[in-house]
Amino acid sequence: MTAKAESVKLFTDKAELVSAVVTEISSLDEAYKYTMDLCGKKEACKMLISGCEQNLSNTAEQLCATKTGKTIVAPALAKKEAAALEKQCEENGFTLIKDSVRNHLGGIDIAFTRVDHGIAETGSLVLNCPNEELRLATMISEVHVAVLPKSKLVDNSYELESWMEGNMMKGDYTAFITGASRTADIERVLAIGVHGPLELHILLLED
Amino acid sequence: MQDAKNLKEYRKEIRESLDNDFLRTAMDNFAVAYRGSRANAFKDMDEKALIRDIAEAKDAAASRLDELFAKFKEEAEKRGAVVHLAKDAKEANEIIGRIAMDENCKTIVKSKSMTAEETLLNHHLEDDLNLKVVETDLGEWIIQMRKEGPSHMVMPAIHLSRHQVSDLFSDVTGQKQGDDVQALVKVARRELRQEFVDADMGISGGNFAIAETGSIGLVTNEGNARLVTTLPRVHVALMGLDKLTPKLHDALRVLKALPRNATGQAITSYVTWITGSNECAAAEDDRKKVHFVFLDNGRRALAKDPVFSQVHRCVRCGACANVCPVYRMVGGHKMGHIYIGAIGLILTYFYHGTEKAKNLVQNCINCGACKEICAGGIDLPGLIKDIQARILEEEGHPMYSSFLAKMMKNRKLFHKFLRIAKTAQKPMKGKDGFMRHLPMIFMPDHDFRALPTVAEVPFRDMWAKVQPAKVANPKYKVALFSGCVQDFVYPEQSVATVESMRNKDVNLEFPMDQSCCGLPLQMMGEVTAAREVAIQNMEAFEGTDCDYILTMCASCASHLKHNYMKMLGQDPKYATRVKAFADKVIDYSSFMNDVLGVEKEDFLDSAGDAVTYHAPCHLCRGLDVKSAPRELMVKAGLDYKESAEEEVCCGFGGTYSVKFPKISEQLLTKKVNNAKESGAKVLLTDCPGCVMQIRGGAKKQGTDLEVKHIAEYMAERRK
Repeated sequence: MTAKAESVKLFTDKAELVSAVVTEISSLDEAYKYTMDLCGKKEACKMLISGCEQNLSNTAEQLCATKTGKTIVAPALAKKEAAALEKQCEENGFTLIKDSVRNHLGGIDIAFTRVDHGIAETGSLVLNCPNEELRLATMISEVHVAVLPKSKLVDNSYELESWMEGNMMKGDYTAFITGASRTADIERVLAIGVHGPLELHILLLED
Repeated sequence: MQDAKNLKEYRKEIRESLDNDFLRTAMDNFAVAYRGSRANAFKDMDEKALIRDIAEAKDAAASRLDELFAKFKEEAEKRGAVVHLAKDAKEANEIIGRIAMDENCKTIVKSKSMTAEETLLNHHLEDDLNLKVVETDLGEWIIQMRKEGPSHMVMPAIHLSRHQVSDLFSDVTGQKQGDDVQALVKVARRELRQEFVDADMGISGGNFAIAETGSIGLVTNEGNARLVTTLPRVHVALMGLDKLTPKLHDALRVLKALPRNATGQAITSYVTWITGSNECAAAEDDRKKVHFVFLDNGRRALAKDPVFSQVHRCVRCGACANVCPVYRMVGGHKMGHIYIGAIGLILTYFYHGTEKAKNLVQNCINCGACKEICAGGIDLPGLIKDIQARILEEEGHPMYSSFLAKMMKNRKLFHKFLRIAKTAQKPMKGKDGFMRHLPMIFMPDHDFRALPTVAEVPFRDMWAKVQPAKVANPKYKVALFSGCVQDFVYPEQSVATVESMRNKDVNLEFPMDQSCCGLPLQMMGEVTAAREVAIQNMEAFEGTDCDYILTMCASCASHLKHNYMKMLGQDPKYATRVKAFADKVIDYSSFMNDVLGVEKEDFLDSAGDAVTYHAPCHLCRGLDVKSAPRELMVKAGLDYKESAEEEVCCGFGGTYSVKFPKISEQLLTKKVNNAKESGAKVLLTDCPGCVMQIRGGAKKQGTDLEVKHIAEYMAERRK
């Protein structure tokens, strides 16, 4: 196996250990299609039971009402990419949210992002997100679909030090994301999606 | 929180915890699962090297706290944050309260911060300033609503059942909730999402504060820290000064150990790095107001303390609680004030004072399990003992402790007392070598184990008769250290040691001026007497011409080898001598297996009994001897059957078992049950204290499990 193939394998193994779904793709078009399929299969706010169907207090219940129809959020995409995704959303009857993510705190079905790096040792994604829309999108959506170019894969976090320090010098917000949001706070039973996404899909892009 | 006024009250609280079946089961399951997942998480790494590197880097950082703080402040303020330094808890709370007032904040969402627990921040914000504060970490939210403190550093609500959470959530939502954990988590997701939407201010802690760039790092699984630091227009992070570190690399290094040690995860779901004031649509000019508040509360003074500065290596992973056999039984509310577990006993003294710490700090059985896994390599049991000694100095020595100290530092008086005890015990003595009824009849809690009687003839009086003839040019020159238990209670174990190496080209000596090793004194915090005893023993052995100082007691061995160095190694008068002494100390199994190199051929050919083993804490961890006794048993033709949790403490702990008999009893019961379940008829071990405890427990339980020192079997099976 080449060094790169080894990294890809290690990354995939480690990410899958924490319930991420990893798929290799060869173009961005494949990524859009993957997202459309996923959104189509997903019953808005139901299949994943992100909480709306539970017995909630009146105020929490109100938040559920802010969500209608199927929604995808994709901030921080290049213009051409955003246009391509928007076209596919229109064809499928989904709403593409491009900004003001704060107005959708009741929940969004899918966040579609491109991430900056992947760390093979732990199966982590690295997202540089001083942009608030991008940051929020990956927190409040029920599913996070992340595109990671294979060339951006590193073996361990130490290799990202100088890149991160460079960002930090400018003022920064960076996240390591590994698997879905989880908790074991009640009787140590592992439960997924306590605050953040309930699913993490990683699309490894050949580049 | 710890409110017991005295040891008696504290014991009563402990008993209540011991009776909590849910807590006991939850903790047991966790302790067993944790061990496996931690081992798995570290399996491809050089764990010890990583821990060493962390310790070194954290020590270096602690030695330059003021400089790192100044640098952090400069860099963070360059990037739009405001940095504060609070001298104590009150000042930290006031700073944060003032920020809330100035920024006109009414509602606050918090992500978990142990430092905020330390300062009791919520009380100030809620009670004094009438603000609404909501904890957003699921476990923290649960205990906040129940008005409790965390019972574990990483899993604050581990003491609660799903039914309790369900009832709580039913109250909160005004809707009946079921018992399904996944559904309860979804309810929390929705209910808390609303709180995020409403909040004006977010408060977080900080796992790392990187001076070079003025950045902080946050480690979470739930992702709430990302929301807390993103949605509200104001962000306040409260951190101890000990979180300061020079560079990002230091943080990334700790990040390799922290989640692995905390929960056995390679990394948590989210690690968030925040530098300066970031974009925030809810803020007036789209820029978040960011305040970093550093708490001193004794940390700067602590950093200058030559012994205790290593406390700053703590990364708050909670692993010391995860492996502590005492915590496992009593839970965090009884094993800490706010910080829990082994590190909690120490931090309580420094952050919350003697009054809160003085009972807690006695509740360490000194088994060393925490030290072995600490991510910062902190000598936790050692420091706990040191604090106990400090408290004795502050508060005065209790009568029994002064009395024992006085007696034990005078060898002749001590041995005379033991000889008198032999006569005095006559009326209580049974035919089986146990006390028939205990002199401690007034202390019914101590009735969980049968106690041995003092032997008719101590080993020192037998020595002239049992010592082997001198060899002209021996390969090994060995001086025996019997310790008081093997001298006066179980002389047969010492005799067996002598027999087991007969005709092996060994010259044996037994210096008569040796006394108790002094560990019991140290356990009680009687440091001056412990030191005097150490000097006497060192001098007793300096009179011999030996290559090895052999002791059949694991506790004595580890005390002689490590603690003597700690007590005397810094003193120029003794430094070289004590090193020479400590270097010679060796335990029985290592000497027989590794030095003498006994082989299968040295033992009888017949099949031996089915035996199991108990690894004494001071052997397997204190001296890091793991394989030697097990190899010996197999070589001697014994059918060794491994017990569950062989390396967990038997509950003896010397004076600990006298102070906390109920805990000692529980540990002992588990130990005996595990041994019985192994299917073996005999349990072997390397420490007379463990023999005393386990044999006494087996007798009391009426089982036929035989308990012996490994030397006895080696002598018996010798060809």
